[in-house]
Amino acid sequence: MVESRISSSSRSRDLDKLLLRPGNLVGPTFEPGTQLRDDLQEYARILVVGAGGLGCELLKDLALSGFRNLEVIDMDRIEVSNLNRQFLFRLEDVGQPKAEVAAKRVMERVSGVNIVPHFCRIEEKELEFYSEFSIIVLGLDSVEARSYINAVACGFLEYDSNDEPVEETVKPMVDGGTEGFKGHARVILPGMTPCFECTIWLFPPQVKFPLCTLAETPRTAAHCIEYAHLIKWDEVHSGKSFDPDNPEHMQWVYLEAAKRAQLFGIPGVTYSLTQGVVKNIIPAIASTNAIISAACALETLKIASGCSKTLSNYLTYNGVEGLHTKVTEFVKDKDCLVCGPGIFIELETSVTLKMFIDQLEDHPKLLMSGASVRVGGKNLYMAAPPLLEEMTRSNLGLPLFELMDKSPTGVVHVTGTAGKGDKRQSCLRKLRVAFKAVGIADTDMAGGA
Amino acid sequence: MIRLFKIKEKQQELSANSNGKPPGKTQSAGELRLQKDISELNLPNACSISFPNGQDDLMNFEVTIRPDEGYYSGGMFTFTFQISSVYPHDAPKVKCKAKVYHPNIDLDGNVCLNILREDWNPILNINTIIYGLYHLFTEPNHEDPLNAKAAKVLRDNPKLFAFNVKRTMAGGYMGQTLFTRCR
Ligand SMILES: [Zn+2]
Repeated sequence: MVESRISSSSRSRDLDKLLLRPGNLVGPTFEPGTQLRDDLQEYARILVVGAGGLGCELLKDLALSGFRNLEVIDMDRIEVSNLNRQFLFRLEDVGQPKAEVAAKRVMERVSGVNIVPHFCRIEEKELEFYSEFSIIVLGLDSVEARSYINAVACGFLEYDSNDEPVEETVKPMVDGGTEGFKGHARVILPGMTPCFECTIWLFPPQVKFPLCTLAETPRTAAHCIEYAHLIKWDEVHSGKSFDPDNPEHMQWVYLEAAKRAQLFGIPGVTYSLTQGVVKNIIPAIASTNAIISAACALETLKIASGCSKTLSNYLTYNGVEGLHTKVTEFVKDKDCLVCGPGIFIELETSVTLKMFIDQLEDHPKLLMSGASVRVGGKNLYMAAPPLLEEMTRSNLGLPLFELMDKSPTGVVHVTGTAGKGDKRQSCLRKLRVAFKAVGIADTDMAGGA
Repeated sequence: MIRLFKIKEKQQELSANSNGKPPGKTQSAGELRLQKDISELNLPNACSISFPNGQDDLMNFEVTIRPDEGYYSGGMFTFTFQISSVYPHDAPKVKCKAKVYHPNIDLDGNVCLNILREDWNPILNINTIIYGLYHLFTEPNHEDPLNAKAAKVLRDNPKLFAFNVKRTMAGGYMGQTLFTRCR
């Protein structure tokens, strides 16, 4: 124990300069001292999502930044083509789960750190799993996965009666992303800075070729690959769906694409281009991953310790020609369905779904008519189409409190026609519902404390 | 900023507190937007929608089109829709369930409709797509062929095309391909 303290103190020399000394640019909660350093090691729990190019860098950087409780989640296995940049992996690791090997390698090299690997899909974990981390760091390459983690983290967020985020419920995220020589690092403090969904337009939609071009007039290697992936696969494998994470499937698409390219005299179809086109991935550059990861690890340290103000809130890096880097302060979408406060409504437990829908018409902030109501993945009432209206009509007479599983508070999404006069338009709104009789006990407790 | 001392305190209380919140399922932004799209559907009479997995799974549904004019009048064509969790960032995946003899739909059900692929835009919605599919039946076009043979027949010999459509809709073989009856 004593020995490890000594070795770790020499290792933390540079870190100590940040954590042990006061400064002028520190965060509002910063309390320098050895206590902070020890607390960081003992209490900060960081989840790294993704153990690929960015994830390997992140685990190494976070471990060397003094974090001791790390966990990593990734569903992929190591492939030969990963080895050039995913530096924790060796040839003999091919076929092993990335999360497990990455955790093992970092623990071997950095004494004192404990990394728990999770070899599974991010959707397989319960919400409680995510709630236990101080900070979630994302090293992902897909919009879907980012959107999912964002929804989970924002789901923990609660607002007080003034529509201000409740600090303890803010689950910070640090998101890194790279594409070739370009990358970004951003800090998301749900309720305080824009969430992923507020700024989803930052991610350009994937380029999609017309199917008829693929089928009839291919001109590029990518056209041949997409033909094999989207058209030929179904033709040959009736009913079996294509799995981009299955190397055999990928190999099949590659060989079909190569045949087609030969038929049309098109050069350039390779296995790695096939992977790139099918998974919509631009080849990763090791140095870009290293730079972005370093920025993410530093932001994580800043959030956890307060040793400096965090970047606000989106850093872009471009190394295509020379080097260009810039921080942009994006703004929250106040009506964001995922991170926004929504409109607060207090109800009696006896209010039926029908009465609730009628109340929305008179609510000054909504003036919504013909509302459809959704709670936690269930459609309580759909005003249209007629088929769904019929299927959900029987709920109208039931108390909303019961339809919401007698939860004292909850988030409800409503869609309908809202607004005044000429400005009436269809819209989708988030509501925060609290039930009176049940809520009162809570309020009293908060007041008395 | 997080406050580590609060986390310290919380770790002791955590087990006691976590029971207060409903477990709840994480809602994707795609599901929410889809609820809006579905509740605002305004379909032509020739089109209907169904939800094979019930009222709570809107992400997978079927649309049936019964064209009331043109070559395909009297037929019945069902399409499956698969909606991504990041809809409308990503377009829905749409496929025709049964084999159809159509210049813009191949025999595996792939559909060549610009708004499903290169021209998709998040301001479009499910209604736009259903109208787009409907128009493929009232106005099939030979310029974006996915079934090249059918497209060629439509361009060179519309009468033969009309005959082929009728024949395949009645069910039976055309060449090597077995079509199921859909009228
Ligand atoms: Zn947001």
